[in-house]
Amino acid sequence: MEREELFEAMARSVIEGEDETAADLARRAVEAGIDPLEAIDRGFVPGIDHVGQEFSRETMFLPELVLAGEAMKAAVAVLEPEMTRAGVAREIHGTVVLAAAPGDIHDIGKSLVGTMLSASGFRVVDLGVDVPVDAVVDKVREVNADIVGVSALLTTTMLGQRDLITALGSAGLRGNVKVMVGGAPVTPEWAEEIGADGFGEDAARAVAVARRLVGVEG
Amino acid sequence: MRPKLELLDAEIVGRVLDEAFLLLRDHGVKVQAPEAVELLTAAGARVDGDVVFVPEGVVRRALETVPSGFRLCDRSGEPRVTYGGDAVQFDPGSSGVHVLDPETLEHVSSTTADLARIVKVAEMLPQYDAQSTAVVCDEIPKEIGDLWRLYVVLSLSAKPIVTGAFSVTTLRHMIDMLAVFAGGRDALAERPQAVFDVCPSPPLIWSAFGAQNLIELARAAVPAEMVSMPLAGAAAPVTLLGSVVQHAAECLSGITIHQLARSGSPIVWGGAPAIFDMRKGTTPMGAIETAMIDASYAQVGKSLGLPTHTYLGASDAKVVDAQAGLESGVTALIGALAGINMISGAGMLDFLACQSPEKLVVDAEAIASVRRFLDGVQPRTETLALELFEGIAFKGEFLKQRATKELFALEQHLPSRVIDRDSARGWRQSGALDTWERAKERTRQLLEEFERPSHDAAMMAELRGIVERLAKDAGMEVLPEPA
Repeated sequence: MEREELFEAMARSVIEGEDETAADLARRAVEAGIDPLEAIDRGFVPGIDHVGQEFSRETMFLPELVLAGEAMKAAVAVLEPEMTRAGVAREIHGTVVLAAAPGDIHDIGKSLVGTMLSASGFRVVDLGVDVPVDAVVDKVREVNADIVGVSALLTTTMLGQRDLITALGSAGLRGNVKVMVGGAPVTPEWAEEIGADGFGEDAARAVAVARRLVGVEG
Repeated sequence: MRPKLELLDAEIVGRVLDEAFLLLRDHGVKVQAPEAVELLTAAGARVDGDVVFVPEGVVRRALETVPSGFRLCDRSGEPRVTYGGDAVQFDPGSSGVHVLDPETLEHVSSTTADLARIVKVAEMLPQYDAQSTAVVCDEIPKEIGDLWRLYVVLSLSAKPIVTGAFSVTTLRHMIDMLAVFAGGRDALAERPQAVFDVCPSPPLIWSAFGAQNLIELARAAVPAEMVSMPLAGAAAPVTLLGSVVQHAAECLSGITIHQLARSGSPIVWGGAPAIFDMRKGTTPMGAIETAMIDASYAQVGKSLGLPTHTYLGASDAKVVDAQAGLESGVTALIGALAGINMISGAGMLDFLACQSPEKLVVDAEAIASVRRFLDGVQPRTETLALELFEGIAFKGEFLKQRATKELFALEQHLPSRVIDRDSARGWRQSGALDTWERAKERTRQLLEEFERPSHDAAMMAELRGIVERLAKDAGMEVLPEPA
């Protein structure tokens, strides 16, 4: 397969949400000695960009978006060790730690935000649901996160968002990390009241907020 | 399993037909066209003045020859609409004399430009299986009002058409106009592109025009659609079943005249009944009882193996408001569940007097939901759920399943932006538009995107020639361009 053909097939594997195909193509790129960064930027990223655009036009839908994200993830998982070996790093917009607030077991919205962020060039560390505040603080320190996002789907667990901001302050990390909050009961007013830096109405808008917080244009 | 609504048990259906036959035999039906009276008497009916007493046997013989179905073709001759069985299709309501001005909200007399807008919107929306000659054009001489409407639709649409004539002379011209595209009258009979509404007058009267209309259509073998309209409590018995019996008697006598004129010609068991509002003296098309009469008479027609039509999906509201939405949506669903072949009425307000392209756009959403409902709840996977739980382990990750991507579009109908499913904040951020404003926006968009179907230029010229000649005879020198 010619290089350009291979890149096209990579984009297609993401658009079609075929994670196994995406991983196979990534391996073939490695075997062919193609720069893994180039494989990502010219192969897989155009695919995820296409899906993102179609999604915002309402011509592709959440299941396609999620599967495209999974395919992207599978490809990057193959290519990342190669990049490490070569001593290169993919240019990322920033590292985001995601968690659902303590006591909150709602996963779908937060995972969507994660998928969208990683598809848009962020490194995402998703801690899952019902995550204690301390665990989030530790992870933020460990990965030197640029952004931490906490979701809460219940009015009772929303308080965990405020607790996290307080804890980040006590740990002396508040100046280094931006805090994004989201979830059905969360309002911009609440975000302001607890001193969060950003609020995204849904996954697509969360990406825009995250880009703004790390100073990426557009 | 397809969901289905039947309001009458078999015994009641039998009693409706029994009483309809008795009405025709003992009360009689008024038939004001001499030719129709002759046909009926020659077949064995008794006449007293213009009242004809029709024995059951004469009607039964007609029922033996009437086709159980037929198909309407689009302009290219492809069959698109099925009359018969439980096929369900929708077309915009016709008979409008006003349109709702989207800016002033006034009901203004409709013109060619309004009809053109309605036809374009209906052409763009797949929910409408057929066009209708939806409104009369006020600036056109009355003598050619019916054929003018057909001309506008023929110019702008390729879909099958539900239409109707205002006189026997113009009916003949309209059949000729359709024959231009079919390739002659015989070819038109083979592959009809339009069905013609024919109205009896309640109670139990076939006017001179109505009866002659039936005869002409039968002889041309162009499909006829009876629009019987008992008004329960005014021009028909107040009981719903009493009105259903009257409807049956009117349609049975219509079929008899029609089949006697030419047996085997297609005809539809249709109608536009309504209850009579005892406060205002109006005829509410959005009333639940109106829909109940319709579903009932359709069941009676189906028991005879006939194709069916009704008027539902319309509203009596004066603007496209909550009442318009609920009446149109609820009654469209009832008509569809009753398995009625052609449901006319979308777009209509104010007791079928006023059309609105914007309402057509809203009603299309109701129709799309109704179609989804008719598809029913079906097994899509080998096991209903077990295979979908593989690897789930209490995680809400069904979005990541390939099955979700493959099946969601089959399971879920995605409405257009006329239906708001955004979050409250998202909705506010996109301008806080209500249904009406969203419908206006989509209507504008559809009108912009509309492209005139590419009809054969020679045929269009021939059609234009026919209409120009008839318009000149009616005193019209310059024809408006239907654009």
